[in-house]
Amino acid sequence: MKASRRDFLKTSGVLLVGLRTLRAQGPLQGSPPLNQLDSWISIAADGSITAYSGKEELGQGISTAQQQLVAEELSVPFNRVKLIYCDTALTPDQAHTSGSQSHPANFNTDNLAQAGATAREALFRMASQKLGVPVERLTASDGVISGGAKSVTYGQLVEGKKFSLALDSKAKRKSPSQWTVLGKPIPRPDIPDLVTGKFEFVHNVRLPGMLHGRVVRPPSISATVASVDESSVAGMPGLVKVVVKKNFVGVVAEKPWQALQAAGKLKVTWHPGPPLPDQATFHDSLRRLPARDALMVDSGDVDAKLSGAGSTVLKATYLHPYQMHGSMGSSCSVADVQGDRATIYSATQAVWYQKSTSAMILGLKPENIHVIFRRGSGCYGVNGADTVTYDAAILSQAVGKPVRVQLTRKDEMAFENYGPAYVLDQRASLDSNGNIATWDHESWSPGLGNRPGTNRPGNIITGFLLGFPPADFAPRSAGPPPPGAPARVNNNSNGVPSYLASVTGTVQSGRVLTHTVESRFFTGPLRSPARLQNTFAHESFMDELAAKVKADPVEYRLRHLRDARLKEVLQAAAKGANWETRPSPKPGNRKTGIATGRGAASVLYEGDNGYTALVAEIEVNQDTGKIVVKRMVAASDVGPISNPDGLRNQVEGGALQGLSRCLGEEVTWDNEKITSVDWRTYHSLPLGFEVPKIDAVLINRTEGEVMGAGETSITLVAAAIGNAIFDATGARIRQVPFTAERIKAALAARA
Amino acid sequence: MAITLKVNGRTHSLDLDPATPLLYALSDDLQLNGPKFGCGLGQCGACTVIVKGQAVRSCVTTVKSVEGSDITTLEGLGTPEKPHPIQQAFVDEQAAQCGFCLNGVIMTAKAFLDKNPKATEAEIQQAMSGVLCRCFTNVRMLRAIQRYAR
Repeated sequence: MKASRRDFLKTSGVLLVGLRTLRAQGPLQGSPPLNQLDSWISIAADGSITAYSGKEELGQGISTAQQQLVAEELSVPFNRVKLIYCDTALTPDQAHTSGSQSHPANFNTDNLAQAGATAREALFRMASQKLGVPVERLTASDGVISGGAKSVTYGQLVEGKKFSLALDSKAKRKSPSQWTVLGKPIPRPDIPDLVTGKFEFVHNVRLPGMLHGRVVRPPSISATVASVDESSVAGMPGLVKVVVKKNFVGVVAEKPWQALQAAGKLKVTWHPGPPLPDQATFHDSLRRLPARDALMVDSGDVDAKLSGAGSTVLKATYLHPYQMHGSMGSSCSVADVQGDRATIYSATQAVWYQKSTSAMILGLKPENIHVIFRRGSGCYGVNGADTVTYDAAILSQAVGKPVRVQLTRKDEMAFENYGPAYVLDQRASLDSNGNIATWDHESWSPGLGNRPGTNRPGNIITGFLLGFPPADFAPRSAGPPPPGAPARVNNNSNGVPSYLASVTGTVQSGRVLTHTVESRFFTGPLRSPARLQNTFAHESFMDELAAKVKADPVEYRLRHLRDARLKEVLQAAAKGANWETRPSPKPGNRKTGIATGRGAASVLYEGDNGYTALVAEIEVNQDTGKIVVKRMVAASDVGPISNPDGLRNQVEGGALQGLSRCLGEEVTWDNEKITSVDWRTYHSLPLGFEVPKIDAVLINRTEGEVMGAGETSITLVAAAIGNAIFDATGARIRQVPFTAERIKAALAARA
Repeated sequence: MAITLKVNGRTHSLDLDPATPLLYALSDDLQLNGPKFGCGLGQCGACTVIVKGQAVRSCVTTVKSVEGSDITTLEGLGTPEKPHPIQQAFVDEQAAQCGFCLNGVIMTAKAFLDKNPKATEAEIQQAMSGVLCRCFTNVRMLRAIQRYAR
């Protein structure tokens, strides 16, 4: 188990709860143990196979891939395997489904993959005994083991019993070169139900006697209840109860429309919190707030190299806004809390932590709570899925009946845990050959709350309103960088530029200093958390350095990289785009009208979890500031590919989601409240626009470990587009989103 | 008051506040999973149904205003076993991620193409510019719509 993979970031950079701490406490009561084969796979007397996983299907295709994995290891057709995931009473506790970690966790040498291999070897041993044929002379196909003209089915071998075996770390996985089910573009089995309305989302869970709740949120997270006038809703049709607990306010009614009416009519007076900071000067204000600092890399010679006589020094500051998950459907949950027991249907990414933290808010024992995952609307991190689960649980407890709660669009958008804003200062000096002599990175980012983890319900809005505090924020100076192992530690965040020798590059001298300050809004992981913002700065700045020395941007990157796979993926993207080797900006472009250009970016996601490179080809209308992206070539190397169509789907979706975030998405506020609260005020690209052609170039591997793929292409989009704008126009844009106004301002500022 | 709704060829008499948005009647009273609450503001398309051949945002359409009209939901097009050709096109293109937006995408595209069978790619894009997919499955979904249009 690579428990350490993300721990450092989660305990330092962004005030997250450390997974290592969580894991040290072990699985919560009730989940089958991770080290036992029966926790993962059961074979019924009729030979049907059921697999159990703690990694859930959110729409990323992982359930299909997991089904392929088990079918592959057990040599049965795909359809023979049934997969059950993320139910606290049934499946092994695998913490969160997040961080592009489902493939690393379940497809290499642990967990579900190892269960498959252990089961296959156990079945072969049983067959050998039963048939009197040595294991090496047996073969398996379609659930039947044969050898020496004799055969026996899995069902006959297991006879409906348990394996009663521990996972065997020595059981041999099938090699990708032997794969017949994995590695194939098997269609997702959920799509026929999705396209015909048969599929049951958490929004469609209907329990007998179910009532409907709605919450009444404060104007901002720091407002508190002054008074609730229950008479304002007295006698409203269907109203069952008004529920007030500290600053949590909600209503329960017989029907959803009645609940919405009552919530709208309920008169609540709030004490406003302190005013929100001025958004116009917000980024700069982050530099002056008390900060929690971390020095992640420091070679000790950076200042000397930046001030050395004759050295060429470049600096630039990049700005990123708060952005939201903005899931398509507002979040929903159904809870049935009766006495000291609760059954909860939730789209949470962590049913086990939902169980332990729901226990806290309900005052119940965790072992009396059963949390069942049901898919919600698009999950890219901490959307409202966890918080609405608390809403449903609290309201259900108040009425002693099952309650369904779905948030309004505004409540979803105004109170979710946003991907944090960033200020990123980059400085570098160049040697006499134009190569990078030192790279200095300093960033400021606001944080508040996070995923609830095992015991922090106050990390999200409902827990906070109920009186639970978010994770502590304590400013502190940076200690020395972690001794001896910068690569290991810093690999995780992409806070360290790829070009430093301590990670994937050749530059020996560098410093990475991060400052986390307190946010006035809740924050949390949003697809490619921190990596997207850091990579925007690094890969834009790398382009600025290449332009300074009139080098081709791809060639300049390759010159400063030493990781062979990162180089290969970058070359693959360049080749796929017929990249013309020359410096930017593009010679001969006029300064008015339409100009075309191309830009590249590459990164090893998290330092060890997905090689990715992107080339974007764009048109800039220099009169209007409008950008049209014509084509994106996204190359990917994530090790042996489980399902090439599933990977393609993730790469395409990531590229376009990245485009939407790069061109339009920005959380906005006034002095009292969030003002980006619907699709008119938060600017997402729609389904129909001038959608670029997307070429996914997939580099497959027949050996080595698999990596995550869900957060690769998205990480590069802003940098690749910004670099393409520079190529087309000679104007550098350093603030996301690249609105037409900002592009026009950058064009006007051209030399 | 009693409201009569004709949904997918069946007539239902429901006791509803006439101001109730159609979506609430479909998903709560009739327990249909196809039309979905996305925004409640008519901005995202998730709740789309077809009424008299028109794509209608059921979250901002009162039950009273469609009383007696023929209402078709996603379920009314086809089933997993016998999908409508446009549904089959989405299966063929594997055009889904989380799938929450599919109702709005399919119903909007179908209503548009039924009226404009010879629509160009640019016209289809335009017709789909009021619909969201936040997982950004645009490439495959537009390809599925094209496949159905052919």
